[in-house]
Amino acid sequence: MELTYEWTSAFAQSFGLIYLMVLSVGITVYAFWPSLGKRFDKAAKSILDDEDGPCQ
Amino acid sequence: MMNRLTTGERQAAMVLSGMVALAGFAMAIVGRGDPMGVHGWITLIFAGVLFFLVGNVLYGPEPTEDRSASYYDDPTKVGILLSLFWAVVGMGMGVWVAAQLAWPELRFDAAWSSFGRIRPVHTSGVIFGFGGNALIATSFHIMQRTSRARLAGHISPWFVLLGFNLFCIIAASGYLMGVTQSKEYAEPEWYADIWLVIVWVVYFVLYIRTLARRNEPHIYVANWYYLAFILVVAVLHIVNNLAVPASFGAAKSYSAFSGVQDAMTQWWYGHNAVAFFLTAGFLGMLYYFLPKRAERPIYSYRLSILSFWGIVFFYIWAGSHHLHYTAIPQWVQTLGMTFSVMLLVPSWASAGNALMTLNGAWHKVRDDATLRFMMVAAVFYGLSTFEGSFMAIRPVNSLSHYTDWTVGHVHAGAMGWVALITFGSIYAVVPVLWRKETMYSWKLVEWHFWLALAGTVIYVFAMWNSGITQGLMWRTYTESGSLAYSFTDTLVAMHPYYIARMIGGALFFAGAVIGAFNVVMTIRSAGHQAPQLDYPTGSEANEPAVPAAE
Repeated sequence: MELTYEWTSAFAQSFGLIYLMVLSVGITVYAFWPSLGKRFDKAAKSILDDEDGPCQ
Repeated sequence: MMNRLTTGERQAAMVLSGMVALAGFAMAIVGRGDPMGVHGWITLIFAGVLFFLVGNVLYGPEPTEDRSASYYDDPTKVGILLSLFWAVVGMGMGVWVAAQLAWPELRFDAAWSSFGRIRPVHTSGVIFGFGGNALIATSFHIMQRTSRARLAGHISPWFVLLGFNLFCIIAASGYLMGVTQSKEYAEPEWYADIWLVIVWVVYFVLYIRTLARRNEPHIYVANWYYLAFILVVAVLHIVNNLAVPASFGAAKSYSAFSGVQDAMTQWWYGHNAVAFFLTAGFLGMLYYFLPKRAERPIYSYRLSILSFWGIVFFYIWAGSHHLHYTAIPQWVQTLGMTFSVMLLVPSWASAGNALMTLNGAWHKVRDDATLRFMMVAAVFYGLSTFEGSFMAIRPVNSLSHYTDWTVGHVHAGAMGWVALITFGSIYAVVPVLWRKETMYSWKLVEWHFWLALAGTVIYVFAMWNSGITQGLMWRTYTESGSLAYSFTDTLVAMHPYYIARMIGGALFFAGAVIGAFNVVMTIRSAGHQAPQLDYPTGSEANEPAVPAAE
């Protein structure tokens, strides 16, 4: 297979589009999946409490 | 500081610095008569000093501290101080460069002080010296705190930090001697590039190994941004610097790409250097220090995940907007433009997330200049990403490109966003690292804040005026169809703005000097306070309790 301009641009314009669409849908579903809410809340608070001291 | 290393670690440090010194000596011999030889001597001196510093304590007593009971902050502390040193050097150079544009006689007729040589000293000095050291130092701090585990290793963090600074010194000294690849933000030649790859791989391995021993199940979002910064910068750096040296005894090399491909590769690199060096890592700082300082969790953790992946996947396509109306294919230009406009979504998601976090804590923003640094940084992040998306639109770009508007845009980002979030983070982290009650002087923090803000606003407004004036003058035609203004006419019109720009830069520089003074005085004289918290979680994953037994 020869690496021509036509092949490269066709690849970028087809596969590039598909993988971006799939990834953005996947990431959005992950970020807003209801049952993960608790985990995210815990992570957001984790830097504030526990052992880590106050930044004064 | 070296006393806290075990004998085995001291020996390893001596072997490493000895090997680097020998490599420097070899470079000095094969590169004699060429700038590469000078770089060999610089490397030899740099590594030689380290060799003797460690050798001096080689037979000193073994450390007795319990390593599992504290974080390893020595490299972080040195990194913060190096960052401030480079801030003063890089911003001072910036003021000089700006003054040269207004008054060219300030070159003083030397070759090394010409605009083309000291400008990259300014850009690399602030981006890599100031920004890079701050990123490395804060990443060491944050990776340990969010993992609640000590750094994985005691030599590798020093290797990363000092190796990176050797790269910065070689870069800056090379520019003064005229060494350059002529690629913006990628000027250093092949041997410096190879060295940076080694340093960067060690950095990545260190980060992953520290995360692997974490005592916190979830990897906090700041770490994701830092990891993206490390990983993508490695990819960008390697690809853009693919080159064949003209000889192994000289600095000159030739790019593996030619013509259009070279330009496209360079701006794919150049824009993603903005994205992953100047944005991703600093967003990591923002996502850790802003909630920490405001004592409120980030407004929406979900949004932070979404904007992380948005930034990672959109930015990588945006580089071609630097090449509008050039020989690259039209569809590639359109692609870069489209992605640049889409980038506004994740960028504003991050800026909005930061500001919403502060909603309800505005009294803290009013009272605390450190938090105000971070708040204004988030505002400038929002402003400059909006401006960037706007300027990437092709017809807008036809006015803005090659004018001072671009310079103003870059500085709105670099001063208003990157430098302010860095200074805010430094003021937040210094008392924690050095176990102090507070900064030496909160009034000096206020002075720094207002000088920095005034300097940025003056700078950016001067460059907007200058850039738009310049752009309009270039495209004004007379009735007969010839250009209305000569190039010299535009220079005369820009002169007052160049003076204003230098004043803005000088104010910003003065703020940085005050900041460096305040940090040094904090270390020397502020009251000591051992915190009750800020220690790692004890677990099997940690260091052996008694390192002397090794």
